[in-house]
Amino acid sequence: MAESLEVRGAERYRSGVLAYRRMGYWQPDYEPAETDLVCCFRITPQAGVDPVEAAAAVAGESSTATWTVVWTDRLTACEKYRAKCYRVDPVPNTGEGGEREAEYFAYIAYDLDLFEPGSIANLTASIIGNVFGFKPLKALRLEDMRVPVAYLKTFQGPATGIVVERERLDKFGRPLLGATVKPKLGLSGRNYGRVVYEALSGGLDFTKDDENINSQPFMHWRERFLYCMEAVNRAAAVSGEIKGTYLNVTAATMEDMYERAEFARELGSVIVMIDLVVGYTAIQSMARWARDNDMILHLHRAGHSTYTRQKSHGVAFRVIAKWMRMAGVDHIHAGTVVGKLEGDPNTVRGIYDTCRDTVTPLCLEHGIFFDQDWASLNKLMPVASGGIHAGQMHQLLHYLDEDVVLQFGGGTIGHPQGIQAGAEANRVALEAMVLARNEGRDLWNEGPQILAGAARHCAPLASALEVWKDVSFDYASTDTPDFVPLATPAA
Amino acid sequence: MSARRITQGTFSFLPDLSDEQIAAQLKYCLGKGWAVNVEHTDDPHPRNTYWEMWGQPMFDLRDPAGAMQEVRACREAFPGHYVRVSAFDASHGVESIRLSFIVNRPDPEPTLRLQRTETRGRSVRYTLATRGAGER
Repeated sequence: MAESLEVRGAERYRSGVLAYRRMGYWQPDYEPAETDLVCCFRITPQAGVDPVEAAAAVAGESSTATWTVVWTDRLTACEKYRAKCYRVDPVPNTGEGGEREAEYFAYIAYDLDLFEPGSIANLTASIIGNVFGFKPLKALRLEDMRVPVAYLKTFQGPATGIVVERERLDKFGRPLLGATVKPKLGLSGRNYGRVVYEALSGGLDFTKDDENINSQPFMHWRERFLYCMEAVNRAAAVSGEIKGTYLNVTAATMEDMYERAEFARELGSVIVMIDLVVGYTAIQSMARWARDNDMILHLHRAGHSTYTRQKSHGVAFRVIAKWMRMAGVDHIHAGTVVGKLEGDPNTVRGIYDTCRDTVTPLCLEHGIFFDQDWASLNKLMPVASGGIHAGQMHQLLHYLDEDVVLQFGGGTIGHPQGIQAGAEANRVALEAMVLARNEGRDLWNEGPQILAGAARHCAPLASALEVWKDVSFDYASTDTPDFVPLATPAA
Repeated sequence: MSARRITQGTFSFLPDLSDEQIAAQLKYCLGKGWAVNVEHTDDPHPRNTYWEMWGQPMFDLRDPAGAMQEVRACREAFPGHYVRVSAFDASHGVESIRLSFIVNRPDPEPTLRLQRTETRGRSVRYTLATRGAGER
């Protein structure tokens, strides 16, 4: 480990430029305090830049430093406010002889007083503010963050949480089932509600607006809400179950979002949704509104892949998931493993653990760099959506377990016998798989037989298994942990 | 579904579970350390949360056969009611139900009627009413 070259006293504050590691941002002997917020960054220094200096610069630029020495530091308890990089490790399989140029994991500790209580905007303005554009770095990625209990306790957390959501919906012991209405654009309110009714009455628990369905010329938001709630209530009457549809209240302003959310509440909806692109503050505002109004809050992670997918630069999705659990949403799209969107099994496991654990232990092979005690913050329900179908039910239950919403959009609406049949196929496949798992059967190996057995008393499931039998999305993942061989399942 | 039925509970889309299948689920619950509870009602309204308890949750019972005996006894006492088995997990972070499934249904089943009250503008207030069950 590179030694500390810190300088102190008058020497430290002489006007001019001083290496970050000499200004106190590199402290190899530092032991993070219980109350420190700790980050792990992946840094790719520019050619010729010393990795420890680059890591110290990240600590500096994400806390108190600027490019030159300033005497006004001496008016403050600056040693407390300086972020401290205390560890720099080379990333396995990078650098000479590796797959990519040299990368390093830099561990940086931040004092609790650097952050405003309960504010994701403030936290992120520090940690991912200026520093990602810093010239001496070729690329930078925030891999993980340990949030101290003292700071976690200043956040509301999920408005409803997994436990209470299940109690409210009266649905236990199995994943919930949903579908996104398709086509996502162009349906009139009346036609849109037809899809909702068919899917919910066929056996799904939820239907969902897509991320970009807001209020367009073909369907004003009020039309959608009115027809959807007719569909939801009709489906509840024919099934005797609580049903819901995620009414997307994403809009241009908070005033518009509140107006739409209030209308959804007046109509008796149990759930509303927002998109990640509304921003952290709007998300926290809606989470607070949701708690005040007994509403489940669904978050669609629209836009995240622009900064989460590439390994070298951006913010790992496990960190976004963590921030969203703190911010207070109840559902978050978190990957399917087997579907059409990015999702290495180990990385997805780490994200799901981040959403659902009461304590998430360090697990490098799942991309988890720190122990995280969640301090009884509500659990966040992960949502698996994108290119999944009934024939994968055993794999989905194996990888994702029980507390998850499985969303079959095309896998419901594209069923050859219609939407109701598609919904029924998914529900029967799911219940049969849970029953079998509870009976102690080996889902991984017996899954296809279990599905075939269930299809004997359910013709729509038999058709679904036939139509989609060869559909799988078997591509190498981009966002994979560095500590295990890459493994993408064959579907 | 061939004939509409109330589809609350974890396994309502499957053919009615045999006693053997019910026993396997009870074994699973007890194996997890959950307490099994038997409840019954004649009103399947989805907001009817508190069904009548058939005794208390069986916190100290670890034998699936004993739990199955309670299921049978409740079914025999209330053949015209819905009977469900719920399993409670008392561990921190859950402290709630982990599995809940119907093990007896009335024949014929009551139905739910959707009543609409037009309110402001095109808004409608929806109410579900159970039909064909003893009123409560």
